[in-house]
Amino acid sequence: MQSFEQVTGTVAPLDRANVDTDQIIPKQFLKSIRRTGFGDNLFDGWRYLDEGDMGMTQNERRINHEFVLNEPRYQGAQVLLARDNFGCGSSREHAVWALLEYGFRAVLAPSFADIFFNNCFKNGLLPVVLPAQEIDRLFELATGPQPLELTVDLHKNEVRHAQGKSLGFSLDSHRREKMLQGLDDISLSLVHADEIKAFEAKHRQRQPWNFGQH
Amino acid sequence: MSKTLYDKIWDAHSVTTRSDGQTLLYIDKQLLHEVTSPQAFEGLALAGRKPWRIDANLATPDHNVPTQGREQGIAGITDLVAKEQVVTLDNNCREHGITQFDINDVRQGIVHVVGPEQGATLPGMTIVCGDSHTSTHGAFAALAQGIGTSEVEHVLATQCLAQSKALNFRVEATGSLSAGVSAKDLILGIIGKTGTAGATGHTMEYRGSAIRELSMEGRMTMCNMSIEAGARAGLVAVDDTTLEYVHGRPMAPVGAQWDEAEKAWRDLVSDSDAHFDTLLEIDASQLAPQVSWGTSPEMVVGIDSSTPNPANATNDNDADGWQRALEYMGLAADQPITDIALDRVFIGSCTNARIEDLRAAAAVVAGKKKAKNVKQVLIVPGSGLVKAQAEAEGLAQIFVDAGFEWRAAGCSMCLAMNPDRLQAGEHCAATSNRNFEGRQGYGGRTHLVSPAMAAAAAIAGRFVDVRDWV
Ligand code: SF4
Repeated sequence: MQSFEQVTGTVAPLDRANVDTDQIIPKQFLKSIRRTGFGDNLFDGWRYLDEGDMGMTQNERRINHEFVLNEPRYQGAQVLLARDNFGCGSSREHAVWALLEYGFRAVLAPSFADIFFNNCFKNGLLPVVLPAQEIDRLFELATGPQPLELTVDLHKNEVRHAQGKSLGFSLDSHRREKMLQGLDDISLSLVHADEIKAFEAKHRQRQPWNFGQH
Repeated sequence: MSKTLYDKIWDAHSVTTRSDGQTLLYIDKQLLHEVTSPQAFEGLALAGRKPWRIDANLATPDHNVPTQGREQGIAGITDLVAKEQVVTLDNNCREHGITQFDINDVRQGIVHVVGPEQGATLPGMTIVCGDSHTSTHGAFAALAQGIGTSEVEHVLATQCLAQSKALNFRVEATGSLSAGVSAKDLILGIIGKTGTAGATGHTMEYRGSAIRELSMEGRMTMCNMSIEAGARAGLVAVDDTTLEYVHGRPMAPVGAQWDEAEKAWRDLVSDSDAHFDTLLEIDASQLAPQVSWGTSPEMVVGIDSSTPNPANATNDNDADGWQRALEYMGLAADQPITDIALDRVFIGSCTNARIEDLRAAAAVVAGKKKAKNVKQVLIVPGSGLVKAQAEAEGLAQIFVDAGFEWRAAGCSMCLAMNPDRLQAGEHCAATSNRNFEGRQGYGGRTHLVSPAMAAAAAIAGRFVDVRDWV
């Protein structure tokens, strides 16, 4: 997994609550057996005016110039600013892969849906929870005359920009450590392989019906 | 210390605490399907790892199998990329020796219908699947959670899930549901109250007289949609209804082992003084059949109501969200729900495609015909076995006589990854669980309802109060 220490970049404001994973990456693009190739179809239903399908190139599509990510000033944005309950709906990790491949490294929102939040930490996308008023203020700045440049600093647990004071955010220390170092979850767990084996043997005695019925 | 049902299952499966503070929770069963597992198997192979315990896994393709032309098996999948996923699942299962009900097997179906039907889902288990509606299995007092693909790989490699414990959410459903009002209406009514994020970070336990009176099918419908309230898992305590359903299933224990299991399972209830962090009460007897009008499952009202008016919203976010949803759905503010005409009807999905759901729909339809303005009514049973049973009971014939289409098992138009889908602008009465923009087809407009309500809408051509029909 790629680590996350600090990212500085333009903020793209997506002013909708309850953005679900079906919007982040519509299901017609899930028919891949790989982890890559989803970036062009991030927010597909909003970015394009036609219905896309796997394998279509962007040249064949009709761009929705009204959609915020298509505005010239948000090109190359690395920070996504979002509203409440971002990432709700299906468990598809493709949503996280698509955001990363598009170029986002951090998402700022007042709240996130649970499975999405979890999936972020498996891939090096940093979800940052900030109070609703701060998010409101960032929306004002990001939609103002100048694009908002912002730094998300995980070493200092803060978000900084030139147009205001820096904002602290909290993240449980273990998750933070894993992100900073880009640690692989499976290796972390396999350190405990002997304990898992010992537990499994006892569990098999206690609940034998859960083992080997097929 | 007294414990909730969730606490009990959690404690019985906690292996150890990892250096990063997360608990390793032992997983008894992992269900696999074609969309979220290929990258997990690939990751495993790249790291040179093997699945930890083969017999803990059970697989079946469901998300993008076609519901027509199934006699051709894999050759019947016309979408080449979808076919690649199904073939990849076949190969992965064969390579590792994982039991799979493949596309040609009568036991194939939606993974959340298949698990309980086979007795692969047992009380007290921890269950995961790379699909958010894994919460369905909580109806059996199993801790069942939807996970992402990295977690699928993690469970394959370690037989554990690394996570922190959730909070306890208690839903108390008092009274009894009226005739014509079902588990689907009850869960939609609950989501209307909690909102789609109301139970985030919680495990929900459904309790109270209205829950005890539900069949296992009804309880599965409830737990299935826990994720739509933001919870990862839903639970219902064990009682006679649970045990009667499980007994005799192909993978359920038998003989002395059954007796031993039953004794253990009887304890799968929350202690009477257990602590819950959050509480919601709902009077089931007051509930009307529910219909979703918008693009989120919380946008739901009774059949006797109207769409909301953004001018009446208490905050700007709601007003914007309602306005946008009404526009997408092609509806006006304050429009009576019974005014909404339907173009298509879909009865299926892991929420409502079990035998009881098909019986409820057939009871409404018997002897009647599909309305002229309704272009298509799809009936998609949840598994090959549900299909066979419905045919044996004569339900399939009732549907066909009414002008409905009787299909083979799969997810179908729940998420429209296979060829079954809505055209832009079409209104669909659907028994599935998500009404997100484009979920059932680009530009499609989904209204979530119960099987009986969907069936009545198919006959009437618009939404009607099915309580007047039963
Ligand atoms: S029926 Fe729908 S919700 Fe259920 S598993 Fe299939 S796609 Fe997901």
